[in-house]
Amino acid sequence: MTNKTKHKCWEHFPHKADIGIRGAGATKEQAFEQAAVALTAVITEPEKVAPKQKVEITCQADDDELLLADWLNSLLYEMATRKMLFSRFEVRIEQSHLSATAWGEKLDVSKHLPTTEVKAATYAELNVRQEQDGTWIAQCVVDV
Amino acid sequence: MDLKLIKKRSDYEWVIEPSGKMTVPAIIYADEALIEAMDEKVRQQAVNVASLPGIVKASFAMPDAHWGYGFPIGGVAAFDPDMGGVVSAGGVGFDIACGVRTVTTGLSIDDVEPLKEHLADLLAHRIPAGLGSRGKLHLNIKQMDEVLAGGARWAVDRGYGTKQDLLRVEEQGAVAGAKPDCVSDHAKKRQEDEVGTLGSGNHYMEVQKVIEIFDEKIARAFGIAVGQITVSIHCGSRGLGHQIGTEYLKKMTAAAAESGIELPERELACAPINSRVGQEYLGAMRAGINCALANRQVLTHLLREVFADMLPKAELKLLYDVSHNTCKEELHNVNGQRKRLFVHRKGATRAFGPGDSTLPAELREVGQPVLIGGTMGTASYILVGTNESMSLSFGSSCHGAGRSMSRNEATRRWHGKDVVRNLAEQGILIRSPSFRGVAEEAPGAYKDVSEVVEVSHQAKLSRKVAKLVPLVCIKG
Repeated sequence: MTNKTKHKCWEHFPHKADIGIRGAGATKEQAFEQAAVALTAVITEPEKVAPKQKVEITCQADDDELLLADWLNSLLYEMATRKMLFSRFEVRIEQSHLSATAWGEKLDVSKHLPTTEVKAATYAELNVRQEQDGTWIAQCVVDV
Repeated sequence: MDLKLIKKRSDYEWVIEPSGKMTVPAIIYADEALIEAMDEKVRQQAVNVASLPGIVKASFAMPDAHWGYGFPIGGVAAFDPDMGGVVSAGGVGFDIACGVRTVTTGLSIDDVEPLKEHLADLLAHRIPAGLGSRGKLHLNIKQMDEVLAGGARWAVDRGYGTKQDLLRVEEQGAVAGAKPDCVSDHAKKRQEDEVGTLGSGNHYMEVQKVIEIFDEKIARAFGIAVGQITVSIHCGSRGLGHQIGTEYLKKMTAAAAESGIELPERELACAPINSRVGQEYLGAMRAGINCALANRQVLTHLLREVFADMLPKAELKLLYDVSHNTCKEELHNVNGQRKRLFVHRKGATRAFGPGDSTLPAELREVGQPVLIGGTMGTASYILVGTNESMSLSFGSSCHGAGRSMSRNEATRRWHGKDVVRNLAEQGILIRSPSFRGVAEEAPGAYKDVSEVVEVSHQAKLSRKVAKLVPLVCIKG
């Protein structure tokens, strides 16, 4: 993140063996959406993925952090079984329940030039928090 | 790592004595150079593991240890079920039974060198690698259950290999106690097109040349000699294992809380071995092990087809198949007593010494082959288990070079195309669907595998037998 604003954005942060993903936004939902963009960016450039087809995702967990891991792992499951990549996300969170829409398209190796598969969103550096300026952060390390 | 926080016991052994919640010491096997370069997180994580219920003797870290999830990668820890011992999904990792298998070919470098380009292209064409690749098999849930119960035996029964192969796979091709019912339909669905695929990241299939033998007698027993060509496969249980790891990590987070286990970090989520979740995980994890064994067996079949088409005089014999992300039920001597323990090896290779009754008859006299994968530009090693390792580390050794820098840093420093060109100039042909993937896996992003192996040898965790260098590497 280049600066600490409430604008939504994402970044990768270093981990020795793997990659950390971090999303930020004015709301928790936006931070979750941006974390999902950061997840796609581990695999390919998100701009290369056309939001043509939509998939509905729901998950539930005891706290925000487990919910973030569940959300990202649900996306990984949809990517793997539908052979799709996603680039646009709309997340709704009510207490321990998340429902979301993800837009993307079928994986096309020659178009998307995928770098690597992501095995899982882990609990390492797993954190959901609101900064003093109000910005929401959602982050974890993914295993590649 | 700050050397002030750790005590030197010998040139290759460093100890953190128990304090706070630790019930046993943490022991790191490394020389001074490796330990200085080792991440502080390795110390913290080894210390955290030493505080888990029922841990026996010590929490160990191998010479290639680096920052992992809960457990350090390169971590070894054994738990006693009779002492409230736990099993941890994080202690096995998301790539259950990721491992290495090496086959000998009976060919010499002169047979392969003139055909190398063609061989690289044909392997790249026939071996499904990278994201989006699919295996030739499409398996429904019922068929998947057969894979999960049968492991490499399932594959051999379907013509993907020989009975002889099975003798050279850990657990003779299939680990007992696998419970396909404890694996979710989601996990099976994720695997439906992935049996017989390499995956991506640090996974590979590599054609190699033996350039040095350190122990003639054992090399003979393993069937390897200088100048010979071998092929090694590094991969694991694919989507099925990732999904099992993901789902049980969540279940164990709740189970640990219910059992009153305080977790220093969430990735250490675990459940008592003698509990419902603990037993279900063991059943699912063993199914994951069998999936990995079947996967490497099918890949070996594809490899044999390529050699049969191009180099028909080759005879591909399986030297050994050993996993480095597992939890295994094993018998070990603890304080003069024979104990049944659950040994977690997260990025650590089983390294049983000579005489171990679980080894196949033809290897029992010399010990278990320990297969260590290096980077695509350096070297791989074959070692052998030692008697000493049984008391040093529950019969465990290192598993690879271990990264020395992050993937982000690697892609900042190198371009994949340059890495491929530079390696080609050294006679190493890389075939990969992704240049960025190659940059992330650049040889410079890893520790020196030779140093890690030398320290494992000096520490007597395993003994050097042979050094192999890459000729062709198919990267996932």
